[in-house]
Amino acid sequence: MSIFKKFLNFKGIIGITLVLCVVLIAIFAPLIIPPEFATKMDMRARLSPPNMAHWMGTDQLGRDLFYRVMLGARTSINIATSAVLMSLVIGLPLGLVSGYFGGRTDNVLMRLVDTLLSFPALLLALTISAVLGPNLQNTIIAIGIAFTPYLARLIRGEALRVAQMPYVEAARSSGATNSRLIIGHVLPNIMPVVIVQSTISLAFAILAEAGLSFLGLGTQPPEASWGLMIQASRDYLDRAPWTALVPGTAVALTVLGLNMFGDVLRDVLDPRSQS
Amino acid sequence: MSERNKLSSKLDTQVDDPIVSLDHLRVEFETDGGTVVAVNDISFKVFPGETVCLVGESGSGKSVTSLSLMRLVEFGGGKITGGKMLLARDGKKTANLSEVDVDTMRSIRGNEIGMIFQEPMTSLNPVFSIERQLTDGLRLHTNLSASETREKAIELLEEVRIPDPEKRLRQYPHELSGGMRQRVVIAMAMACRPRLLIADEPTTALDVTIQAEILSLINRLKRETGMAVLFITHDMAVVAQMADRVVVMYQGNLIEEGTVNEIFSAPKEEYTKALLAAVPQLGQMAGTSLPSPLNIPGASATVKPTSGDIGIEKKTLLEVKNLVTRFPVYGGIFRRKVANVHAVENVSFTIDRGETMALVGESGCGKSSCGRSILRLVEPESGQIFLDGKNIISLNGTELRSARRDMQMVFQDPYASLNPYMRLREQIAEPLNNFGLAGRSEVDDIVHDILEKVELPTSFLRRFPHELSGGQRQRVAIARAIVVNPSLVITDEAVSALDVSVQAQVLNLMMSLQDELGLSYLFISHDMAVVERVSHKVGVMYLGRLVEVGSRSQIFENPQHEYTRTLMAAVPIADPKKRNISNDMSFKPIPSPVFPVGHTPENPIYEEIEDGHLILRN
Repeated sequence: MSIFKKFLNFKGIIGITLVLCVVLIAIFAPLIIPPEFATKMDMRARLSPPNMAHWMGTDQLGRDLFYRVMLGARTSINIATSAVLMSLVIGLPLGLVSGYFGGRTDNVLMRLVDTLLSFPALLLALTISAVLGPNLQNTIIAIGIAFTPYLARLIRGEALRVAQMPYVEAARSSGATNSRLIIGHVLPNIMPVVIVQSTISLAFAILAEAGLSFLGLGTQPPEASWGLMIQASRDYLDRAPWTALVPGTAVALTVLGLNMFGDVLRDVLDPRSQS
Repeated sequence: MSERNKLSSKLDTQVDDPIVSLDHLRVEFETDGGTVVAVNDISFKVFPGETVCLVGESGSGKSVTSLSLMRLVEFGGGKITGGKMLLARDGKKTANLSEVDVDTMRSIRGNEIGMIFQEPMTSLNPVFSIERQLTDGLRLHTNLSASETREKAIELLEEVRIPDPEKRLRQYPHELSGGMRQRVVIAMAMACRPRLLIADEPTTALDVTIQAEILSLINRLKRETGMAVLFITHDMAVVAQMADRVVVMYQGNLIEEGTVNEIFSAPKEEYTKALLAAVPQLGQMAGTSLPSPLNIPGASATVKPTSGDIGIEKKTLLEVKNLVTRFPVYGGIFRRKVANVHAVENVSFTIDRGETMALVGESGCGKSSCGRSILRLVEPESGQIFLDGKNIISLNGTELRSARRDMQMVFQDPYASLNPYMRLREQIAEPLNNFGLAGRSEVDDIVHDILEKVELPTSFLRRFPHELSGGQRQRVAIARAIVVNPSLVITDEAVSALDVSVQAQVLNLMMSLQDELGLSYLFISHDMAVVERVSHKVGVMYLGRLVEVGSRSQIFENPQHEYTRTLMAAVPIADPKKRNISNDMSFKPIPSPVFPVGHTPENPIYEEIEDGHLILRN
C-alpha cells in the first residue's frame, strides 16, 4: 500500500502514464490497425503536411505517418527492451562477479569487456548484425551485445564500491556465503544505478536500431520502425520537418516516460526515501 | 595555573565589551519534510581573551551556531530567521552579522573571524601547495607584496611550531601528517590575526597525542595574541581542559551557561549532570579489578559492577600466537610488490572466557587489523590463532565460515555496517539463516528475544536502518553479533562514533550481556578512559606490536612502557581543576610501518615484571 503511494507524485504519474501508453500502443495497435495502412503509398500526397486526411502528415512515399508511428511502436519497443534485457542478463552477472571478487577474476573479465569497449557500440552492432544476417532477432542480439560492456563496466564499479562497505564485511563475518553476499547484499545496493542506466539504455537502443536500419541491417522496408522513420526523414528536413518530428516526438516521449518511471522506481525501491 | 586563575577572576569583573554577542539567534533549515529548527533561541557573549566552549551532542545545533557566525550556514541551506549577532569591529562600527551584506561579510571572514574545521584531511585543498593555502587569505585581506606574504607564511608556520617551514611551504597536504595538517589549518585561520577564532571540533578526528598538541597550541596562541576562542566540541574532557566559560546546548536550545568550574562542580540542569556523568574518566577505576557500568542518571537500570563470576571455570578461550599481518604496497610500471605495511607484527595474547581484553593504540597501530585477522577477514601472513582449541588458521573456506559462528564482530560505523535495504528482522535473522541454526518458526522467537536483550522495542522489527538513531543501530549490530551465541565478540571502535550518553548506554549493555551470556570481548578502542571502564585485560599497541600487556590495574596504575605513559599523559582529564594539557606539548610522531620487501623485524623480547604484566623491551 505504501509502496503504491510512493508512485503517486508528479513524476510518477507522468512517467507511468507515458510508459503505459507506449506499451499499450505497441501491443494493441497492430491488432486494431490493418498492417497495410502503414505501407500504403499515395504518390499524390507525398510529403503532405498534417491535414484532415493524414493528421500527422505523410512521408516521401505518401505513407501516413500516424499509422506508421503506431505500427512502428511494436518493432521499436520490442527491439529496445529485448536488447537492453539481453545486455542486463549478460552484463549484470559479469559486472557483479568482477567487482565483488576483484583480483584476477576482475582483471580477466574486464580486459574482455575493454576489448569490446574499444569498438564504437554502433560499429560493433553493425558487424554482428552483418555477420548474423538482417532480421529482427539478430538486430536484438547485435544491440544487446554492443550495450553489454558499458553496463558491465558500470555495474562492476558499483559492485566494487559496495563490496567494500562495512555491512558486506559484517554479513561475511556472520557467515554469509559469496552467493548470498552478492545476491542479498551487493545486488540490492547497486539496483538504483542499474535501473537508471537501463532506462537510459532503452532510449539509446531505439536510436541504435535506427542506425542499423539506416544501413539496411535493422528493420527492413517497407516495415515501419521509429528509427527507420527518423532516418528516412533526413533528406526532407527542410521541406517536411514533420516527417522527423512525428517519430522523433514518439521517441522523446518514450524516453522521457522511461526516465521518469526509472527515477520513481529507484525511489520506491530505496527504503530511505520518504513515503 | 595561576595565570589561568587570574584570567578567570578577570572574567568575573569583566569590563571589556564583548567581541561577539549573540542575541536570540534562530536558524532554520528547509527540508523536504518541512522546516527544521536547528537553533531555536541562543544568546551568549564572547569576551576578548577568553575561551568559550560550546558543548552538546550531535544535533544540538552547536556547529550550526558557529557556521551562522561566519554566515556560512546559508551555503548549507540554512536560514537565519531571527536574532542578532553583534560583532565589535576594530576601529569600525559594530556590525550585526545576521544582516550585513555579502561584501562586508567577506571582509570579516578569515580576517576578523578565523575558523578551524574538524577534518584536516578535507579542509585543505589537495591541489594547492601549503604556501598557496596560507597566502590566499593574506593576499585577499592585506596589501602585502608576494615576498612579504611568503615571509609572513613562514612566520605563521613557525608560530604553530611546524619544523622546517621553508620546506613545508612547497609541500602539498597529502605529504603532511594529520597533526601537521591541522597545524596548517590553524596557521591559515591565524593568518590575519583574527580577534575571534572559531574551532569546530578541531581535534575530534585526531589521535589523542595529536589532540593534546593541538589543544595546547590553541591555548598558547590565545594567550599570546589575546584573541577570543569559540571552541565547539562534544567532549567534556576537552571542555574541562580548554574552557573559561561553557555554554551547554541541547536540541537547538541553550541549557546552561557558566564558568567552567561552575559547570563541572555544580551543574544546575539535569541535562548537564547527565552529560557529565556519562563521561568515563581516566583513573576513576583505580583500585578495582572488574569492569563497572557507567552511571546514567534517570536510567532505571540498577548500576552494579559486573560480577565476573560467570559460572564457568576460568578457561582460555582465544589464544593468539605470533600473529603477523602485512599488506602489500605495489609500485613501479609493472605494479610489483615493492614494500609491505607491517600492520600486525608478532602479536601474542590470550583471552579467557567471560573476559574483556582491550586493544588500545592510535590510528595505524594495527589494532583493527589484529581484530580482523583473528576473524580472518584479512588473511594473516603467519602465526597461530586458537579459538577454544580450534586452529583457525588451518581451516578451509567452509570450515572457516562455520567457525565464525563462535566469533562475531561489531563494527565502528553504525551507519555503514547495516545494509540500508534490509529490515531489522532480516538483519538480525541473517546469521541464523546463514548458519542454518533455526527453522522458520523459531527465527521469529529468537529475534524477539534478542531484541529484548539489547533493549529495543519489538515494533522495530519492520523498520529499516535509516529510521534508527546511531545508538539504536549499534544495538542492532550487537544483536546481530550475539544472536548466534558466539563465545567471542570483537568490537572494533564500536562506541567511538556515538554521543557520550549513548556511548554509556551501549557500554552498559555490552557489560550486562557479558554478565548474562558469559561473552568474551576483544575490545578495540583508541579511548583510554572507555577502555579502563570495560576491560579486564589491556594490550597497548604501537607500530603493529604489543608494547605492553597486563591486567587493567597493572596497565593503568603502573604503566611501564614509555608509549603507554605517553598515551596516558595525552588523555585530557574531565576536571577543570586538573589541567594536564598545558603549554607546548609535543610527542614523538609515530614512524611509518612500511618496510621494503624482505625486511624481517627482530623478535620481540618481553619482560614479565609482574604476573601477566609484560613489557616490550626492544
